[in-house]
Amino acid sequence: MRRVSRLAAVTAAVALLLTGCSSGGTADDGRITLEFQSLAWQKESVDANKQLVKEWNAAHPDIQVKYVQGSWDSVHDQLLTSFEGGEAPDVIHDASDDLADFAYGGYLADLRDLLPAHLKSDIPQHSWETATFGDGVYGVPFLQEPRVLIANSKILKAAGVRIPTPEKPWSWEEFRAVTKKLSGGKKFGVAWPLKEPVSATLNLSLSAGGRMFHRGADGKVTVRFDAADQVVPRTVHDQVDTDGSASGATLGMGGSDTLPGFFAGKYAMVPLGFSYRQQIVQQAPKGFDWQVLPAPAGRDGLAQGVSPQTLSVAEDSPHKKEAAQFIDFLLRPPNMVRLALGDWMLPTGTEALKDPALHTEKHDWATGTALAGDLRSAPAQSVRGYAEWKDKVATPALQEYYSGSIGLGELRKRLVKDGNLVLARYQR
Amino acid sequence: MSRTRTGIRPSRPARAGQYLALLAYLVFLAFPFLWLISTAFKPPRELASLHPTWIPKDPTLANFRQAFDEQPLLRAAANSVLVAVCAALIAVVIATPMAYVMARHRSALSRAATGWVVVSQAFPFVLLIIPLFLILKNLHLINSLPGLTMVYVVWSLPFALWMLVGYVRAVPPELEEAAAVDGAGKLRTLVSVTAPLLAPGLVATALFAFITAWNEFFFALVLMKTPERQTLPVILTHFLGAEGVADLGPLAAAAFLATLPSLVIFALIQRRLTGGMLTGAVKS
Repeated sequence: MRRVSRLAAVTAAVALLLTGCSSGGTADDGRITLEFQSLAWQKESVDANKQLVKEWNAAHPDIQVKYVQGSWDSVHDQLLTSFEGGEAPDVIHDASDDLADFAYGGYLADLRDLLPAHLKSDIPQHSWETATFGDGVYGVPFLQEPRVLIANSKILKAAGVRIPTPEKPWSWEEFRAVTKKLSGGKKFGVAWPLKEPVSATLNLSLSAGGRMFHRGADGKVTVRFDAADQVVPRTVHDQVDTDGSASGATLGMGGSDTLPGFFAGKYAMVPLGFSYRQQIVQQAPKGFDWQVLPAPAGRDGLAQGVSPQTLSVAEDSPHKKEAAQFIDFLLRPPNMVRLALGDWMLPTGTEALKDPALHTEKHDWATGTALAGDLRSAPAQSVRGYAEWKDKVATPALQEYYSGSIGLGELRKRLVKDGNLVLARYQR
Repeated sequence: MSRTRTGIRPSRPARAGQYLALLAYLVFLAFPFLWLISTAFKPPRELASLHPTWIPKDPTLANFRQAFDEQPLLRAAANSVLVAVCAALIAVVIATPMAYVMARHRSALSRAATGWVVVSQAFPFVLLIIPLFLILKNLHLINSLPGLTMVYVVWSLPFALWMLVGYVRAVPPELEEAAAVDGAGKLRTLVSVTAPLLAPGLVATALFAFITAWNEFFFALVLMKTPERQTLPVILTHFLGAEGVADLGPLAAAAFLATLPSLVIFALIQRRLTGGMLTGAVKS
């Protein structure tokens, strides 16, 4: 008997626990609930996001925002499924290089008529371009990071090399010469973490005037690999294979993987995203002296490509206007600064970029902020077929070139000849 | 048994070799787990050391504190336990009678069913997720633990069935015939005679279903939206950032805790898995 009643109690408890109900949309009293899916993941940045949501909710009792945590790792598949199922969050945090499919697929709202004029004018045109697909704008680019050289100050000082600044950066040739000077024994001037070689190469190539993707008069895009496109790949290749000034072992690594060697003094410099500073502050041995240097410059100065983080509105959202209002609130200059500081990145807004907190010497914020004006839309992110070109053609070709198993001629043949075959299929 | 009588025993070197191979295999299996434990107790500076050590030089519980501070691990674990246990139980309860019929009554229908089970395994889940999502949405089961449990039951059922059919076949039909002679009906035979003998099989199948549900990530990611209902594997990805950057210490700490339930369950029931309950049941 006792056993039976206990079983019944357990069953009832399980049933109670399992009973779920969905929420969202409009309640009976006319109150709106928006879902905001954020990909913030580090504590500082999650806290900043949650705090802003709290402030919004306090000020807007009729438009409540629910914070939903997403993950960078799986955001594309997760969003695609929720779009198809009509259950997507109203406000979506993502990155501009992930938006093309969703924008062309009609899942995201065109924001041109939804956003207020002051937000449109605060963010520069070259940033808007990162989220423009066809005629529409499908995301508000709000955080971005340049690739910079994080350097071991002690090694640079000891070698007596000229320290570059955003006003007077190294040229690519000078960079190559410096890394050669910094190398010797088992030490390398630079460690290129090139697990994802294509975006790094394309983005940095903008400085040398490399574009690789050219849109013809008929609107079709073709790949070329001219002298300007070759500057960056050649520099990396020569550092690894000719000068021995870059470690071949790090070519397959991600950024974080190079840090132990960097801290141990094995590499004098590592080209990394600006936000890696946070990891360095957290992980560097006590007394480790590091600094941020601008990436080398070329014919087009310090220009480089970026794919900023974006906020978008789902096309299916019944409350697009309110969602846009919330985005406007999140991206008011002081709020944009809070988000930027939380993620150790740069804001896109011109007002936000003026904030004193982004011009301090501490953790070299000033150096990064000085580069903001040179950031452009990553080449090719809106080219249809880019993803396949990248995965099937460019990634293996660049990896083999950098590791020395193929030469420049073969690289060129693959990127251009094989590459154009891929692109052609998407542009019939 | 006959081995000892006939005296065929592996020689000493062969035995040593066997143990050596077993040891090597154990090391191979244990290495990632031990490394995970070691990582979980290391402070950030040690994680970025060029010469990592097995034993943390400066062990800390900070990673665990941070993991619990930043993510609702306990609630996620409770969700995972609930979903996985329910899915395992339901799958076994449904699969047992099915397996019994399929093993004992061979007909065109049962053969077709077996075929279907095999075929159903061939569908990749990316193909299923969108229709499944739509079905669950119409049933208002998106973002609900019963919905997720249902998915896991359906997901593990074919293989659970497949496993159990094998176990049922191993039970000598003579025992059931004996029960029938004593006047037991089909259901009574299944409950009182076959099921107890199937215990190791039932346990193994339940374990399989449990582990499948416990580790499952993608369905949980897509179907559960509110943080209050997310399961552990989904919460674990919140320690990962863009471009493979990860908060390694807290991630390792949380992942270590997430593997504990499986380890504990295995430790508790492994004896059942190897039990030889049928020894001497029938003379053959």
